[in-house]
Amino acid sequence: MRAPAPAIKIADLRKTYATADCEIPALDGLSFRIEPGEFVSLLGPSGCGKTTVLRIVAGLTAKTGGIVEVDGVPVTGPQRKIGLVFQVPALMKWRTALENVLLPAEILGLDRAASRGRAHELLDLVGLSEFASRYPRELSGGMQQRVAIARALAHDPAILLLDEPFSALDMMTRNQLNIELLRIWSERRKTSLLVTHSIPEAIFLSDRIVVLGPRPARILEVVTVSLPRPRDPSIRVSLSFMQVVDRIGRLVGLEYI
Amino acid sequence: MVIGSGIARGGLEKRRWPRCTGPNHALDAATAYRGLLPDAYGCFLMPSASLHRVLKLTLTLIVLVGSWEALCRLLQVPAFLIPAPSQVALRLYDKRDLYFMHTWITIYETTAGFLLAVAFGIVSAAIIVVIPKLRDVVMPTLLVAQLVPKVAIAPLLLIWFGYGLFPKIIIAFLVAFFPIVVNGASGLASVQPELLDLGSSLQASRWQTFWKFRVPSALPEIFSGMKIAVTLAIIGAIIGEFVGGNRGLGYLIIVANQELDTALAFAAILLLSVVGIVLYALIEMFERILIPWNAPSEPLTAGGRML
Repeated sequence: MRAPAPAIKIADLRKTYATADCEIPALDGLSFRIEPGEFVSLLGPSGCGKTTVLRIVAGLTAKTGGIVEVDGVPVTGPQRKIGLVFQVPALMKWRTALENVLLPAEILGLDRAASRGRAHELLDLVGLSEFASRYPRELSGGMQQRVAIARALAHDPAILLLDEPFSALDMMTRNQLNIELLRIWSERRKTSLLVTHSIPEAIFLSDRIVVLGPRPARILEVVTVSLPRPRDPSIRVSLSFMQVVDRIGRLVGLEYI
Repeated sequence: MVIGSGIARGGLEKRRWPRCTGPNHALDAATAYRGLLPDAYGCFLMPSASLHRVLKLTLTLIVLVGSWEALCRLLQVPAFLIPAPSQVALRLYDKRDLYFMHTWITIYETTAGFLLAVAFGIVSAAIIVVIPKLRDVVMPTLLVAQLVPKVAIAPLLLIWFGYGLFPKIIIAFLVAFFPIVVNGASGLASVQPELLDLGSSLQASRWQTFWKFRVPSALPEIFSGMKIAVTLAIIGAIIGEFVGGNRGLGYLIIVANQELDTALAFAAILLLSVVGIVLYALIEMFERILIPWNAPSEPLTAGGRML
């Protein structure tokens, strides 16, 4: 009997951007896999091509070479089994929070009544049930990003791709939303790939962390986070947590000691 | 603490009174993010602020018109040079039926030309944005057409379409068309790229992308274009009436000039301004009704504040 296919399989992934007179390599042969229900982070310095990996998995950017498979099927274009969260909330400012969450169901032509119930449930999940009828401009940045998370889950995708979702937020909101995202993931167990350049964020949330070097991106190491789950927020100041921070910090070359 | 903050507000925020930032300290912190107040608060304080504005405006007008009247009488300015406001008002009252008819004609031409411009302008903008291959053909053509002075072709339009209302509508349409195309196209292209990514990841059709993302994103800019266009449409209609015809406020001004009836000309110009302000206010009102979600910039007319 074959083992079940990984949720995401990436093998020798290459990407070069062609300009007028030369080719700029962005990804230089990445290989890793994500099992179903696993939370994996892509960590690396700014501009190293983390987002490119995510966009290739989402089918929004074409790869130059290598293999990318989702559920054992090669990625050839955008696919509906993926939910996306961007660096900016990207809410439609002409729609209320609830209507924003309903968008995927509308595009996919899902049953209206059922989607409404689901959308309310998701707003409840992200702690915004009281704000269902508010417009984005009436919500704080953190609240907007929560709506975006609810929207990404609206069509019940198997995989959640998060592209630096909290990097535009202040530190306190960011910590708060890390806790929220951990809780949401624990409740829904979506296979998740998070792009981030925050080491503590990656450790707190992930089962494994793929650490990338500067452009062109190569994998420096895949770090398994052995902190037990469920994780309490206080774990972030524990010694074992700090040891992982230290280890990854040395990997990416932070000279802070 | 409450008293303290009250004193501080009374002292420091007094100058900002007309903008009525209101008692936001009383709001739930969660809803007060970004300094945005819920509508209920905005409405609550609105009447007094808008009354304040109306009062200021009225006083200014009274002073201006009063000094104009006084100067005319004091210096005994001949009425054919500059008529006193009272003379203008008298002429307006005496010939009210005549004015009503001519004003109505000008409103009709302006509105018809404007609506045509909106319809064709938005369709052209959509074509430019949605079919990139046509952009290279449509855009330069429009630009060349825009560079032709409309005043110069007005006499030609009269030759082609006669002296009725139609050529005036065409001129109003031609001058109002361009800002709507430019604003419409820029609005339709201004969708957040992340929304387009979201759309393609959900495999949205082009139709869905257009209606769910592009059109709503474009509405604020389309309304800006319409505000410019409506004021241009009036100018277009007047140009048409100047060049030829026997109806409309533009025609009335030409006749008044020929007869040195300056009071009549002044009255016509006054009515033209009123028409312009009313049409502009109507658009601001529609903007408020149709896109209440757009962060309300300070509306310029009462139409935008009626709701």
